[in-house]
Amino acid sequence: MSENHYRQILKNGVWTQNTGLVALLGLCPLLATSNSVVNALGLGLATMLVLLLSNVAISLIRNLVRPEVRIPVFVMVIACVVTAVELAMHAFLPALYTVLGIFIPLIVTNCCVIGRAEAFAFKHGVAKSAVDGIATGLGFTLALVLLGALREILGQGTLFAQAELLFGEGGKRLTLHLIDDYRGFLLAILPPGAFIGLGCLIALKNVLDARARRRLEVKPAVALREAGA
Amino acid sequence: MHFKTLTSPHVLGETSVGQVMRRVLYAMVPGATALIWFFGWGVLVNLAVATVVALMAEAAMLAVRNKPIATHLADYSAVVTAWLLAVALPPLAPWWMTVIGVLSAIVVAKHLYGGLGYNPFNPAMIGYVVLLISFPREMSSWLIPQGIGQAHALSLIETLQAIFNGLLPDRLAADALTGATPLDALRTQLGLGLAVADIRNSPVFGIVAGSGWEWAASGFLAGGLWLIYTRVAAWQIPAGLLSGLAVISTIFYLIDPQRYAPPWFHLWSGAAIFGAFFIATDPVTASTTPRGRLLYGAGVGVLTYIIRSFGGYPDGVAFAVLLMNIAAPTIDLYTQPKVFGARRG
Repeated sequence: MSENHYRQILKNGVWTQNTGLVALLGLCPLLATSNSVVNALGLGLATMLVLLLSNVAISLIRNLVRPEVRIPVFVMVIACVVTAVELAMHAFLPALYTVLGIFIPLIVTNCCVIGRAEAFAFKHGVAKSAVDGIATGLGFTLALVLLGALREILGQGTLFAQAELLFGEGGKRLTLHLIDDYRGFLLAILPPGAFIGLGCLIALKNVLDARARRRLEVKPAVALREAGA
Repeated sequence: MHFKTLTSPHVLGETSVGQVMRRVLYAMVPGATALIWFFGWGVLVNLAVATVVALMAEAAMLAVRNKPIATHLADYSAVVTAWLLAVALPPLAPWWMTVIGVLSAIVVAKHLYGGLGYNPFNPAMIGYVVLLISFPREMSSWLIPQGIGQAHALSLIETLQAIFNGLLPDRLAADALTGATPLDALRTQLGLGLAVADIRNSPVFGIVAGSGWEWAASGFLAGGLWLIYTRVAAWQIPAGLLSGLAVISTIFYLIDPQRYAPPWFHLWSGAAIFGAFFIATDPVTASTTPRGRLLYGAGVGVLTYIIRSFGGYPDGVAFAVLLMNIAAPTIDLYTQPKVFGARRG
């Protein structure tokens, strides 16, 4: 197990197979809770924790569970983990818990959790599964926070509004008012803004990927020409 | 030996996209003139701003998409979209609202979906709805209809000041200028428990609908009938829309005339007539079969009434048109005319 391998897992989770932008899994929480950076970050971190714990648990029991019953077992494990995370958030971040509401228990239905369990954790060791859980969660959080920032800036001209929900009283200082006397562009906050914003983010990622690919194609050609000359 | 070939005798002449679009623009002139007369220079300024922005956005998008710019600009479709949107905006709407609306219409609703002929939704209505749900306060502050040359009317300079700097002349407060539209007034006062007959006595209302508004609607009716006479618009869509609206509003009016406004009020209010002849008839986004067009129009009419009477917004033509735009391909699928000779069933 080389270092390279872990880097590959990380890159896959965060960029190449990003759940939000490439696999398009877990769109319901992605679209619904990305109306501000703080909400997005809260749900993203909770999902990341769930992914890490469920991946580790499933990887640990993968040799004990018969393949025929693996899916019900995945569901039980994920449900337990989500319930634990929900209770923890209720205890330590009650304000954020109220804002995110139903979307915390709904992490259990996020397809990317069971997807990683089936596609990765059931076939790999504990360390690799843990890295995969973190990487996938990181990619999901990244997409959520980017979309949240886009919608919050356009919608109400602020960044990190209500940061005290996540970081306690000191978080109030984090809130940035980017534009003074901003009237607010309600569309960005409302559900259509989530769809349009996500479309723009996917387009942006495709452009970046295409540019990277073109650079890779150009390089060998240049090298060949230099060699010929 | 060479025979001179004549064209077929039944071919009347070329119809190009540009010609159709120009005729739509001509047909809008009477209604737009009435709007300018009753609501002042603001309408004209909105039209001008929207046209300039639409042409610039269209040219920019064509350049990005590597399409011939001059040919596509000359088909006037961007101007039609701009005008349809501009007459739907409040006369003193700030300039940036017009810009946002036109950009949503041309860039998002038209070109991101593939340009003229490919857009599933009516671009002008997308622009309007984006503004309506984003800036509800600005979009509901219409001027009280009073006309140019009257005491309260704003001069051209004052109108430009209001639109571009957000400044109203000192002699007037915003309350003296703007008020609820007739549909809005009907809605709020019905909510307060007043009867339709009492509400209709308020000065906002004229002979059949809102004073001023009814003249603009009649102007659009005249232009629309000309469009149908010249076969630019299919008669089935306005016929279906207006009769759909008339039938459902008559039913509710007969059930309880104190709580539901009469059908003629609904027909001449808001965007019903304008929508019937100019918005719903968009050949790209509407149904294309004869029976389908009737159904499509009736759907828009019924949905408009439902949104007006039971929904969250005073007028519903824009939402109704967009909803029926989604349904248009399905309607077309089930209303295809039988090919001559095909078996029934």
